Amino acid sequence: MPQTSHGVGGVSYDAKKRTWPAEFNVFLALVILVVIFELIGRIFLGDSFLFNTRDNVSGIFNEARLQIIILQVSIVGIIAIGVTQVIICGGIDLSSGSIVGATAMIAMSFAQVATVNGNPNPKAMFLAQGWTDLPVIVPVLVAIGCGLLAGLVNGSLIAYTRIPPFIATLGMMVTGRGIAKWWSKGQPISFPTEGFADIGKGLMPVIIFLSLAVLFQLIMTYTRYGKHCYAIGSNEDAARMSGIKIANHKILVYVIAGILAALAAVVLSSKNLTAQSGMGVMYELDAIAMAVIGGVSLSGGRGSIIGTVIGALIFGVIISGFTFLRLDAYYQEMVKGVIIVGAVVLDQWRQRMRALRA
Amino acid sequence: MSDISTTDIVLKTENLTKRYGGVHALEGANFELRKGEHVAIMGDNGAGKSTFVRQITAVEQRTSGQIWFDGKEVNFAGPIEARTAGIETVFQNLALADDLDVPSNLFLGREKVLFNLGPFSILDRKYMRKATEAALIRTAVKIPNLSNTIRHMSGGQRQCVAIARTATFASKLIIMDEPTAALGVQETAQVENIIRTLKDNGEPLILISHNMRQVFDLCDRIVVFRRGRIVANLRKENTDGNDIVSYITGAKTGEAELAA
Repeated sequence: MPQTSHGVGGVSYDAKKRTWPAEFNVFLALVILVVIFELIGRIFLGDSFLFNTRDNVSGIFNEARLQIIILQVSIVGIIAIGVTQVIICGGIDLSSGSIVGATAMIAMSFAQVATVNGNPNPKAMFLAQGWTDLPVIVPVLVAIGCGLLAGLVNGSLIAYTRIPPFIATLGMMVTGRGIAKWWSKGQPISFPTEGFADIGKGLMPVIIFLSLAVLFQLIMTYTRYGKHCYAIGSNEDAARMSGIKIANHKILVYVIAGILAALAAVVLSSKNLTAQSGMGVMYELDAIAMAVIGGVSLSGGRGSIIGTVIGALIFGVIISGFTFLRLDAYYQEMVKGVIIVGAVVLDQWRQRMRALRA
Repeated sequence: MSDISTTDIVLKTENLTKRYGGVHALEGANFELRKGEHVAIMGDNGAGKSTFVRQITAVEQRTSGQIWFDGKEVNFAGPIEARTAGIETVFQNLALADDLDVPSNLFLGREKVLFNLGPFSILDRKYMRKATEAALIRTAVKIPNLSNTIRHMSGGQRQCVAIARTATFASKLIIMDEPTAALGVQETAQVENIIRTLKDNGEPLILISHNMRQVFDLCDRIVVFRRGRIVANLRKENTDGNDIVSYITGAKTGEAELAA
């Protein structure tokens, strides 16, 4: 009686020890934030933040506001998806904003029309070569190539030279911005083809952002790639001893982050109908902030794409809320800083409480 | 002695030697482990116990000597190869990912997939959960909730998960490096019960331990290391605590070889 003599193993399910998903708290924070804005609006402005108060438009909710909330965070949100998986894997990516700038410039050069109002396009980079009016797939592929290359450099530096991700991606951040300025000697690149302009039209950024979010949430939860991201971020030595090829995985993680930043560049330049070398400045920090607010732990191993999406929405609600309250943009940034730090403090505190309970 | 495939010897080393520069960490270790046998390795700090294990698991490459495992002479290039061959190690510093749940830890690095898409292969989570439950039952490990992350478990539970991990796969040899060193009384008892279960299941085990009571409770044979050499190899019936201590401290010397 081998088993009975030493007790039976297995799972002794204990409902009390069950904890709700971390995303729930982030979602709760989002709801509370909306309620606060709603209350302040009702009391001080006599207007509703969330609901439709106008007679000339139909619907229960203020749809225009809801659309703006998500639209204004969609492009950075795409970057935040990539940044989230980097942070979960125990790294950090400071280069995404610069990758956006450089990629927007380079990709837009391949998306230009030949003639504007009957005259040759004054901004066309490759008019002489005849690389104008190209099908939309060309600039998109060029962008993906740029992102892939940047990510490959980031990842290889981190995996093979073992320098901290902070330094490697900081280097890419400075270099990327340099490339963005050098590409057209600081000149903006404009007049994209209709096909290219369609990518960022209307609610397309939202659709692209949410589709990618769903895709990556599935990847992080159901694939070996996702599992290994969490494993490496959680305990790199354990992951190595378990036979996970750390170097290859890290390179792939940064390549994916680079490609997502490049896709954000496509959407952004398409939406703005122009590419400028200053595009995407500070996006990397906004993306990191969205992830952190969404419960992604900067020490790696914890967090999810869903959390980051909710974090992005919190971002959007704050910006819209401040506009709704007719407060200056300066206050937005001040409060954003407080919220980022507050989110991390809360998360640490919650982790400690959970550790004590266990 | 190169053909041991016909015998019931699981692991055999001959003249296993490891030097770090001029330091002789391990000198000419001859060691045998038979099917179903639980052998304890004892010795002072720096006596060569962990070095010995690191050569077997190929965490380090030996300077000289030969190793036979499972009937064949082996030259593992690294710990992954050793593990694939069936040598499972429970490391002193638990090789677990804190933020993953129990099944993910058990299958870390060798996930079962539904279909192969390279790195994006879809995991067979149902299978891994079932296999985990089976492994827990096999090793008599109790876990409150499979979906809980390791972070939220006690030291004993973590150690149990680390041990259950070895039982998930068809391991042919389990090596434990001081599995109860950091545990309390109750948790130690829990881990010891698991080791007894492994014994009942006929799984061979090498246990590195400083705990004399534990060694006499759990093992059939005790091998003592001193200054990089095996100085004693004793069946537990033929020895006692004092005897072992005198070998460990060097009060008694010379290789005490007994028919195993």
